[in-house]
Amino acid sequence: MSINLQALSAQLLVGLINGSFYALLSLGLAVIFGMLNIINFAHGALYMMGAFCAYFLLNGLGLSYWPALIIAPIAVGIFGMILERTMLKWLTGLDHLYGLLLTFGLALIIQGIFQNYFGSSGLPYAIPDQLKGGMNLGFMFLPIYRGWVVIFSLVVCLLTWYLIERTQLGAYLRAATENPTLVRAFGINVPRMITLTYGLGVGLAALAGVLSAPINQVRPLMGSDLIIVVFAVVVIGGMGSIMGSIITGFSLGIIEGLTKYFYPEASNTVVFVLMVLVLLVKPAGLTGRAT
Amino acid sequence: MSALTDDSIPTARRSYSDEMVAFVLMTALLVVVPFTGVYPFFVMQGLCFALLACAFNLLVGYGGLLSFGHAMFLGTAGYFTAHALKVWGVSPELGIIVGILGAAGLAVITGLIAIRRLGIYFAMITLALSQLVYFIYLQTPFTHGEDGIQGIPQGKMFGIFDLSQPTTLYYVILIGFLLGFLLIYRAINSPFGEVLKSIRENEQRAISLGYKTDQYKLLAYILSGTLAGFAGSLKVFVAQNASLTDVHWTMSGEIVLMTLVGGLGTVFGPVVGAFVIIAMQQYLAGFGQWVTVIQGLVFVVCVLTFRRGIIGELAHYFRRSL
Amino acid sequence: MNKKIAAFLLGTTVAFGAISGAMAGDKVVKIGVLNDQSGLYADLAGPGSVIAAQMAIEDSGLTKKGWKIDVISGDHQNKPDIGVNLARQWIDVDKVDVIADVPTSSVALAVNNLVKEKNSILLDSGAGTSDLTNSQCTPNTIHWTYDTYTLAHGTGSALTKSGGNTWFFLTADYAFGTALERDTTAAVNALGGKVVGSVKHPLNTADFSSFLLQAQASKAKVIGLANAGGDTVNSIKQASEFGIVKGGQKLAALLMFISDVHALGLNVANGLNMTETFYWDLNDGTRAFSKRFQERMKNKAMPTMVQAGVYSSLIHYFKTLDKLGENPHDGAKVVAAMKEIPSDDPLFGKGKIEPNGRNIHDAYLFEVKSTSESKGPWDYYKLVATIPASEAFTPLDKSTCPLLKK
Repeated sequence: MSINLQALSAQLLVGLINGSFYALLSLGLAVIFGMLNIINFAHGALYMMGAFCAYFLLNGLGLSYWPALIIAPIAVGIFGMILERTMLKWLTGLDHLYGLLLTFGLALIIQGIFQNYFGSSGLPYAIPDQLKGGMNLGFMFLPIYRGWVVIFSLVVCLLTWYLIERTQLGAYLRAATENPTLVRAFGINVPRMITLTYGLGVGLAALAGVLSAPINQVRPLMGSDLIIVVFAVVVIGGMGSIMGSIITGFSLGIIEGLTKYFYPEASNTVVFVLMVLVLLVKPAGLTGRAT
Repeated sequence: MSALTDDSIPTARRSYSDEMVAFVLMTALLVVVPFTGVYPFFVMQGLCFALLACAFNLLVGYGGLLSFGHAMFLGTAGYFTAHALKVWGVSPELGIIVGILGAAGLAVITGLIAIRRLGIYFAMITLALSQLVYFIYLQTPFTHGEDGIQGIPQGKMFGIFDLSQPTTLYYVILIGFLLGFLLIYRAINSPFGEVLKSIRENEQRAISLGYKTDQYKLLAYILSGTLAGFAGSLKVFVAQNASLTDVHWTMSGEIVLMTLVGGLGTVFGPVVGAFVIIAMQQYLAGFGQWVTVIQGLVFVVCVLTFRRGIIGELAHYFRRSL
Repeated sequence: MNKKIAAFLLGTTVAFGAISGAMAGDKVVKIGVLNDQSGLYADLAGPGSVIAAQMAIEDSGLTKKGWKIDVISGDHQNKPDIGVNLARQWIDVDKVDVIADVPTSSVALAVNNLVKEKNSILLDSGAGTSDLTNSQCTPNTIHWTYDTYTLAHGTGSALTKSGGNTWFFLTADYAFGTALERDTTAAVNALGGKVVGSVKHPLNTADFSSFLLQAQASKAKVIGLANAGGDTVNSIKQASEFGIVKGGQKLAALLMFISDVHALGLNVANGLNMTETFYWDLNDGTRAFSKRFQERMKNKAMPTMVQAGVYSSLIHYFKTLDKLGENPHDGAKVVAAMKEIPSDDPLFGKGKIEPNGRNIHDAYLFEVKSTSESKGPWDYYKLVATIPASEAFTPLDKSTCPLLKK
């Protein structure tokens, strides 16, 4: 089979874009899991809220994509912190599965409300003028916006990694994960840190939502199928390391892109098949610690 | 390890006579239903989901393993039975067997993968596996993808009972449900069930007592998946179609919800939970997606304040086992 | 817990026990409009079809003659199991006589099975699959507005004749897409064209990029969009993002509704060809109906051919009931009577229902106007050609409907 370079590189780009979303979402999941020991099932719904937030900002307040990129993650992040303060907080000490069930319920509520008001088909969100059009790179046609998504996500992922692994704040955070009592003894407000961490994870999801809006349209169910793929990504990568989630997210996107070129029929399933293989060989995940 | 179920009722206090009375009442009520003018299709659907929830409860309530992918067994058995009935033209009883075998096979394969991890990971893995199964069914020709398998002939059970007669069908479904229910009840109260519960309480202790806990967990998973498949096969005769809805993760979520509402780890909870949720969907059908919102709210309320579920709370209040 | 069950069952009994004793020969009719009320086909059918059904009741004049006619509506969410369960409940419990509209071919085929089993009636307007009047035809179903044969022999043939002789299909992965690809392939081949490949996408897809890239790589002259509603809108929009039309390939929107053109805007849609059997601005009759319809729509949209078809098929049904003098509550009997009367209304003109259940009437090939040609909102189409009824639908001798083999 002769390889059509243009088609292959274009599919790889599509894969990288999905990979960006996987990375941003699994990163958020890992951050939240590290601190709260909760698998945030509402992550997909909050990602969707990010996209809707951008849509409202544009159509309600006339604020373009660029301010939305900052406002939406903050707004949805605050919403997330309210959820944490009013509900998730009460699950401390209970089986971790209750966190999964509670956030699943929250996801249903959020998605249901949006579906009621906006139906289940997509609302259009235009690509910002500055990123419209495409470049002919010779070997492929690159839509500028899609290139932007990949680069911007990568930068955000690396910044998050830096924040957690290389700063003082991150050090407290990691310490609080390991031993909350000890960190409290140092005079640090652990509950507030938990809330902020949840807000950070949620903000990352909302940011992914804004980035996705011009590509995937704004749809109430846009996060619901994505989150399951991200769960598989998390199982593959393990939730032990921040860098692990970033690398796993992007790599799986690329693998999906390759599958779309070589064997499109399997592109929906390849991530799950990989998950099965990883579980058979290395049950704790590629970078994870055993539970 | 904390568990999902409430164990404030000591095992010694379990009274089988309470459960027997409840069982007889339930059966009597279900036997007279066709004479009350209730829409039989609705009750039959409820029975299938009740069996499904009971099968699910066997795994989560007694084994402590929360599967978020149980729809895959419902859907697989449904597709297998539907295909056997429609394309191969087999008899209903054979169709059910084909469906159950399909679900059992899937349970063996996915069980071997999923029980490698516990807790949250187990939930995520079963969810991902069921999504894999979903995509396979979306693309495999025999399921007819989005179109589903439609107009499935109901046939004659054992060559005698004409299942296209609503009353006959009702009693066949009822007997199927009761068989499944009793089998689960038997499993819970067998030595196998006791070991399962001890693994749920403290796996390390069970291991130190010499039990190969992985084998028990796998067996519980397979039994649960197979019985969920039985429910899926029965449902084909009621709905006369098999579709992607039954394999989708939203269905898996509904199964969890039914069991949670009724009471995790209670004998009758899943039955009540299933009927409550089905009735809710039925009555609220006109309100569009608000049904989803209400289901979500029920989830949240159950988790935050009502973790024992309806039957669990009742049992707790009356200090009885149900 | 038994109390709980008892209380709940009691509730059910009360709710479902109130079954009216509608029996043979009365003047009570219940219509159920079953379609997508919230998803990607909601604009082309949805609440608009319910309004069309209400208008048909009012215009039929039957209520003045002492008939009692009700409409209920439901959302099938484009899922066959949900649609068929709802329809079954309508027939069993609510005593619905006619199920109308039912877009989404997979749901339509499922309901088609059901109405035959229950001896009810399906007046289908929204679904595309030509199987409804071929291999799957029943004595209880009438397919009104258009089908995949019409689209294939309208847009498909027109584009092939004008030089688009190699095709690649982007096909929605369900009954409708499959039927449309099949029928268009036949039409393209008949004119000496060639189909070089196809890719199936799931119903209700948001990101078409990887499918479009496959179409682009095929180098086919025409990319045939065998999908509908929101899917068509998205594929056309995203094709421009990947520079597909600029690269010289032509898009063929095999099924497009005026609601889709409205969503795309004339800048994007200009120049596209499409086949429809109704357009609001065809003549005085269509304009009069459409104006009344538009006033009732919340978003002031003009009717699509699907919504017009719901009106037209119900008008014909009421005409038949009027002639019968009463509602016999016997689906096959009423459908047989409907086939005996020629259809004639201002929306679709003169037509007739073939023995296989196919209502035939003229179809039209339109082209989307440019912004400068359009005189105002909803002025979108110019007529390219009229396809006579005999050519727009499967000829009877080619229909594979078992009812014809007697």
